Parts: sequence; structure tokens; C-alpha cells
Amino acid sequence: MTFWERNQLKLAPFLFLAPAVGLFLIFVIYPIADSIWVSFHEWSGVNRYAVDEDGNLKNFKWVGLDNYIYLFTNDDEFYVAVFNNIKWFFFSLIAIPFGILLALFLNQQILGIRWVKSFFYFPFVINAVVIGIVFTWFYNPKYGSLTYLLGFFGMEPLPILSDENYATYGIIVASLFPGIAYTMIIYITGLTAVSKDMIEAGRIDGASGFTMFWNIILPQLRPATLIAVVVTIVGALRSFDLIAVMTGGGPWGSTNVLAYKMYEDSLFNFRMGYGASTAVVLFILMDIYIAWFLYRLFKRESTEK
Amino acid sequence: MFPTPIQKYSIPVNILYRVALIVTLFIWLMPLIAVMLTSIRTYEDILAGNYWGWPKDIAAIENYSAIFEDGRMARYFLNSVIITLPTVFGTLLLSSMAGFSLAMHKFKLNILLFCMFIAGNFVPFQILMIPVRGLTVDLGIYNTYYGLIIFHIAFQTGFCTFFLRNFIKELPFELIEAARADGATEWMIYRKIILPLIVPALAALGVLEFTFIWNDYFWALILSQGDGVKPVTVGLDNMRGQWVANYNLISAGSVIAALPPVIMFFLMQRHFINGLTFGAVKG
Repeated sequence: MTFWERNQLKLAPFLFLAPAVGLFLIFVIYPIADSIWVSFHEWSGVNRYAVDEDGNLKNFKWVGLDNYIYLFTNDDEFYVAVFNNIKWFFFSLIAIPFGILLALFLNQQILGIRWVKSFFYFPFVINAVVIGIVFTWFYNPKYGSLTYLLGFFGMEPLPILSDENYATYGIIVASLFPGIAYTMIIYITGLTAVSKDMIEAGRIDGASGFTMFWNIILPQLRPATLIAVVVTIVGALRSFDLIAVMTGGGPWGSTNVLAYKMYEDSLFNFRMGYGASTAVVLFILMDIYIAWFLYRLFKRESTEK
Repeated sequence: MFPTPIQKYSIPVNILYRVALIVTLFIWLMPLIAVMLTSIRTYEDILAGNYWGWPKDIAAIENYSAIFEDGRMARYFLNSVIITLPTVFGTLLLSSMAGFSLAMHKFKLNILLFCMFIAGNFVPFQILMIPVRGLTVDLGIYNTYYGLIIFHIAFQTGFCTFFLRNFIKELPFELIEAARADGATEWMIYRKIILPLIVPALAALGVLEFTFIWNDYFWALILSQGDGVKPVTVGLDNMRGQWVANYNLISAGSVIAALPPVIMFFLMQRHFINGLTFGAVKG
């Protein structure tokens, strides 16, 4: 037996995993650690490793917790961004009841329903730039269709995206368009797996309509709901594209979220360290969430086996 | 089936349901219909305030050729293709190998690595932004196709490995044992047994990844500058500034930017839904 034949089973995992794990370590794991390191420094983004005559780093200065202290005590925009993240978190969940409603509405077997369903899925595959452009027009106070709609009810035009109080909600509504399409896809598939026997048993017991839905259908949709909630919330905390396309954080920073604020601070105001500290805060918020999700996942796997 | 099959109701209810279906669909797709209609309007039509009516003159050919005229839109589109296709291929290759190993090999770090790949899916892009940008600059791949392709592969491998590991785990382990007893090498098992069996999963992930990468906006913004490698998402956003009030051109550009994932979706719908709803049923 050659060396390879004897040790194949021990070496194989290493070889099969090396490319994937290697790339992942370099481009995902290391950057997380590096961002945390950067967040304790003051750095404009140029020439990180340049040194002065004494051999100290010239452009990359250790400032300890200063970035975080400034973030929490001195930066009003930070609180605006956090508050907007909270709005995104809660209001994007509207996609879930709407997704269920549409899924129930479409869960019939008639001629052509497959085509109808695929047209409903459509917005999910369209990129955020196009969605952002369309909704920016929709809200346009001069000729947007929202203005026509309001005019129909005898109301004045409402410049949603240039109004500090409404702009964030305007963007969240745009995000619901692909968001609802996604949750609907999840629930339509979920509905196909609902046990027919239990529905029959429910009917015999006299359950129908909403009672049936609430007591028999919804509990069986739990796996679908878990996925829909996780993906929706991760998407909401990540929201960046629509904000960049629709308002660029404005008016006056009122639509900023942590993700966008960090991008602006780092690349436009050249405060890499400060931007990194904002990213770390976002990361920690998301982490709490990851921990909860993994806990759920493994609790389930261990009860299965 | 829930709700009660519509066939059990009276004929008027049936007709009403179908009408409601079409009306809802029309309202749902209104934003996209508007873009498509606007993309074939003349500029005069828009100036005259005809936003919602049928276009007076159909300027489809004029508008669509106008957006390709100065060559930039064609460049962006081509860039998207050049970035997306190798990314999808590379991601599937690396994650199928990793998924195979995590599912079928027993070794100490197995669960830890699996957790790492899952957790990577939830990382906010912004915490990677500064170091990844720095890395691509240091490696000389900033503002090149390679920078975007390699980063996308690295990041997307997390999700795909998670997906494929679970898929392969469901395959009968006896198959592998029998092959090993027959003296097959691990590579042969991967090539001849695993790969053919996971074709449906690869197809599902393939369309899904195609859509994700094609629609990427953030990383294109971070890892590219100038027109050379910029994909169509960022390109369209830039052209919007240039075309200003030429809504017909912006619309035509939007249709072009949105088209490939839409075509992909219609061609491979079943795979797409399978990929997306993986885990939504069995849980």
C-alpha cells in the first residue's frame, strides 16, 4: 500500500476543503478581525504601513476606544441611523403577513396558475437599482403616480423622499416589493407540504376559514416562517442599495442606516477607523441574531437524531 | 388543500376569483409595466406628460439603440457577464468539494468549519469593506474582474457549502462505503458518484447565484472605479445622472439591466424555486 492509499481518508478532507476554507478565511474571517483592529485607530485610508523616522506608524494611529466614545456620545447621526435600522427591522416584517395572504390567494389549481405565480415572483429577481429608480419616480411630487393617486382623493402632493419624516418609510415600502415576492415564494412552497389529513380532520371538527388557518395551517408553516423571518431581518439590517440609489442618505442624513453611514464616513469623509467602529456595532447587532439562529438550528438537529 | 379549492364554489365565485387574480397581478406588476412602457416612449411624449397612456409613437428601436450608442452601456453589460459566469462556476466547484467533505468525512474540525460557513452568511458587508478593499489593492486586483470574481466566490461559498453539505448529507452513505470498498479514491467518489447525484442542487444554486451576483451593487461600488470593470447595476446608476430627464432612456437601460436574471428565472423556474425554498418545507 502506498502512503496515499493508507492515509487517503485522513488527507482527503483537508484537500477538498482547502480552497473553500482558504478563500473564506482570507476574504471573510480575516477582514472581520482586521475591521475590529482598524476601529481602534485613526486612519484616513492612505498608506497604512508608512512609518516615520522612529519606526512608528505614521498614518495609522492607535486611539483606543475613542472612535466608539465619539460614536456614542457625540454623533447625533449615529442615533438617527440606529433608529432607522430599528424602523427597517420592524417594518420590513410586514412582508411576512402580506406574503402569507398572497400565497393563500394564489394556492389554487386553475388553468394558467403557474404563469400567474411566476409573474408574482418577478420582482424578486430585479436588482435594487431598477427597483429604486421606479419607486423614486413613483414618489416624484410633480408627476409621480403617487401624486395622481393623492390628487384623486383630493389631497396635496406629498414629496415623500425629500421629507425627513417620511423618506425612510418610502424606501422601506420600495424594499417590500421584492420582499413580499420572496416571502410569498417561501409560503407557496410551504403550503404544498401542509398535511391533507390534518385539514380533513379539522374540517370534520368544524374548523374553517380563519380558525382553520390559525390553529392548523400556520403551525405547520413554522419552518417557512423561520426562514422568512431570518432572511427578511438579515436583509433589513443589510439595507444599503435602495438607500444609495433613492436618497443617498438624505435629506440631511435622515435616511441613514448604519451600513450607509459607515460607507460614507469611510470613503467620503476618509475616516476609516471611525467607519470601522460603526461597522463593528452593526456586526455585533447582527451577531446576537446569528447566535439565536444557530441555537435554533442545532437544537432542531439534536432533537432529530 | 387549504384554502378550499375554488372548484367547490359556485360559478360566479369562480369567475370573480379569476378576475380578482388578474386585477391583483396587474396592480402588483404596475411599476414594471410602467418601466417597459416608458422604455418605448419618445422624449416628446414624456415632455407632453403622457406617463401612463399608451405611447403615441413607439420608439423602441430608437431608445434601445440610443442607450448602446456611446458604448458604455454595452461595456457595463459585458462586464456583468464577465464577472457573473466565472463566479457562479467557481462557487459551485469550491462549495461542492467542501460540502462533500463536510458531509461525508469525519474529522475533528468538521462542525466548527460548518458553523463558520453558516455564520459567514449573516455578516454585514460593511465589516468586510475596508479590509477587503485593502486586500484587493495589496494583491493588485483592485478595479479588475479578478478582484470582484475572487471576492464573490469567497463570500458566496459560505452559503453554497451550507446548502450542499445538507443536500449531500441526505444521500445514502452506503453508496460511498461500497465505492470505498471497491477501491475508489475520494476524488473518484466526488466526481463519479456525488457530482451526478447533486445536479439538481447545483442547478438550483446556479440560478440563484447568477441572480445574486448579477444584481450585486455594493461590492461593485467598493471594488471598482471608472468604466472598465463596472457591472451594469452601478453603470445604470451612473447613466441615470447623465440621462437626467430622459426617462425613456433610463427605462430602456433598466430593462436591459434587469433582463438576464428575468430570462434565467423563466427558463429555470423550477430549479430557482427549489433553491430558494430549500428548508422551507422539511425544516
